[in-house]
Amino acid sequence: MERIAEQIRKEASRLLDSGEVELVVGFKKGTIPMVNRPWFARTPEEAKEFHWDGFCNLNLVNYLTKRKGKVAVVAKGCDSRSLVLHFQEHQITRDQVVILGVPCHGMLDRRKLQRAAGKKEILDVAEKNGSVILRGKELELVLPREEALQHCCTICEHRNPVLADMVLAPEVEERKTDRFSDIAQIEAKEARERWNFFRKILSTCIRCYACRNACPHCYCPECFVDCSRPQWVGKSQDPDDVFTFHLFRAFHMAGRCTDCGSCERACPMGIPVRLLTRKLEKEIKERWGYEVGLSLEGIPPLATYRPDDPQDFIM
Amino acid sequence: MERSEQKEGSWEPKILAFLCNWCSYAGADLAGVSRLQYPHNIRVIRIPCSGRMNPAFIVAALRNGIDGVLVSGCHPGDCHYLSGNYFARRKFTVFKSLLEYMGIEEGRVHFSWVSAAEGEKFAQVVKEVTEKVKALGPARNYVKERIEVC
Repeated sequence: MERIAEQIRKEASRLLDSGEVELVVGFKKGTIPMVNRPWFARTPEEAKEFHWDGFCNLNLVNYLTKRKGKVAVVAKGCDSRSLVLHFQEHQITRDQVVILGVPCHGMLDRRKLQRAAGKKEILDVAEKNGSVILRGKELELVLPREEALQHCCTICEHRNPVLADMVLAPEVEERKTDRFSDIAQIEAKEARERWNFFRKILSTCIRCYACRNACPHCYCPECFVDCSRPQWVGKSQDPDDVFTFHLFRAFHMAGRCTDCGSCERACPMGIPVRLLTRKLEKEIKERWGYEVGLSLEGIPPLATYRPDDPQDFIM
Repeated sequence: MERSEQKEGSWEPKILAFLCNWCSYAGADLAGVSRLQYPHNIRVIRIPCSGRMNPAFIVAALRNGIDGVLVSGCHPGDCHYLSGNYFARRKFTVFKSLLEYMGIEEGRVHFSWVSAAEGEKFAQVVKEVTEKVKALGPARNYVKERIEVC
C-alpha cells in the first residue's frame, strides 16, 4: 500500500513539476479512520499529501465532469471504466487526462468493519498480508481481507484499469465471479413478492439524493427529480414517489453503470440500490453482450441499435 | 384523473395508447374508417414517433390510475425518421424488464408495431391488450393516494 502511495506521489510531483498537467486528483488520508478524502494537488508540494490504502473507494471520475485543462487522475479498475464512459459521452476528452492506473485488490467496507467491531470505536485500521487489523480502545481484531471487502469489490471482474497511461503497481489477477446470483433470486419471485420486496427495501429512503450525487455518471444539468413542469416524480417520501425515483434513477443508468458502488456507499440508510442497476447490467449483458466502459470503441447499448435486435415482447 | 369505473360485477379497465403519428395512429384511423369493432377501453395519445416515447409517460399513466398502457409504432425499417423505432425498441426492452423486475405485473405495459395499412391488426392488438389487462384486474399498487384539497 505504502509503495503505491509512494508511486502516486512521485508521478504526481513529476507531472506537476514538468507542467504536463495542472491538477492531479487522488486521495489524502482522512481525518477520521476508514474515510479518505479526495485530494486535488496543484503543486509538487501538495502532491506529497497523496495517500493510498483500502479506503480509497470514492470514484474520482465524479470530479472530472466537464473539467477544463489538463488533469491527472488516480484510477482503479472501476474508475477507469467510468473514465471510458466519460470519454464516450464527451464529458472530458482523452487528451485532457493522464490516467494513473492502480490495479485494485478491492476496497474495504467500513460498515462491515464497524459491524465486526460491534459497539467499540475503531481508531485505526491496518492491512497486512491479506488481513485487516482493527484497533481501538479495548479492541484488537484481525479479519481476513476478503471478508471485509465492499460487496461490489467481491464480485468485481475488472480489477485492473482498462485504460491507463501508466500503471503504478503490479497487475492483479482477474477472476470470474457469479455477479448476478442475487438478482436471479429476485427474478425468480412472483411479481407481487417482488413488489413487496422493493417496497420494503426502499421504505427507509429519505430522498436525500446522495446516490445520485455520488454517481459519476449523473450529470444532467437538470435532473428529472428537480423538474417541476411536468413533475415526473413527487417530492415527498410517499412510497410511490420513492419507488418512481429509484426506478428512473436506475433506468438512467441503463448501459452506463460500471458498478463502482458509489451510490450504495453514499446511501446513509444503507439501501442496496445496486440491486436495480445490476439488474440492468445483467439484462444488457444477456441481450447485447455489452459491458460498460471496457473500450473506447464500444458504443453504449442504448445509443445504438441493430436491425435484428430481439423483439419477442413486441406484438 | 378519474379511476376506472367499478360497477357492480363489471369492471372496465382504462387503457392508454401512445400511437406514433405515421403508422399506428393511421392504423387506428383505418380501423375506425373500416368500421372494425374493438374494445372501447382505449384512450389514444398521438406521439410524433415511438422514439419520442419517454418511459416516464408510462409511469405517469400508471400513477394516475391507468390500468394498462400500449405503445405502438411503425414496423422496424418503416420509421418515418428512419431509426426512431429501432432506438425505441432497445429502450423498451430494458425499461420493460426493469419495470417488471420491480414488481409491476407482466401484462400492464404492451408494445406493438402497427402500420398504417393494418387496421385489422390494430383492432386485434387492442382486443388482446384489453383481455390481458382485464385478466390482471385494476392497477391499484401504483396509484398514489392524493389528498384532495378543495
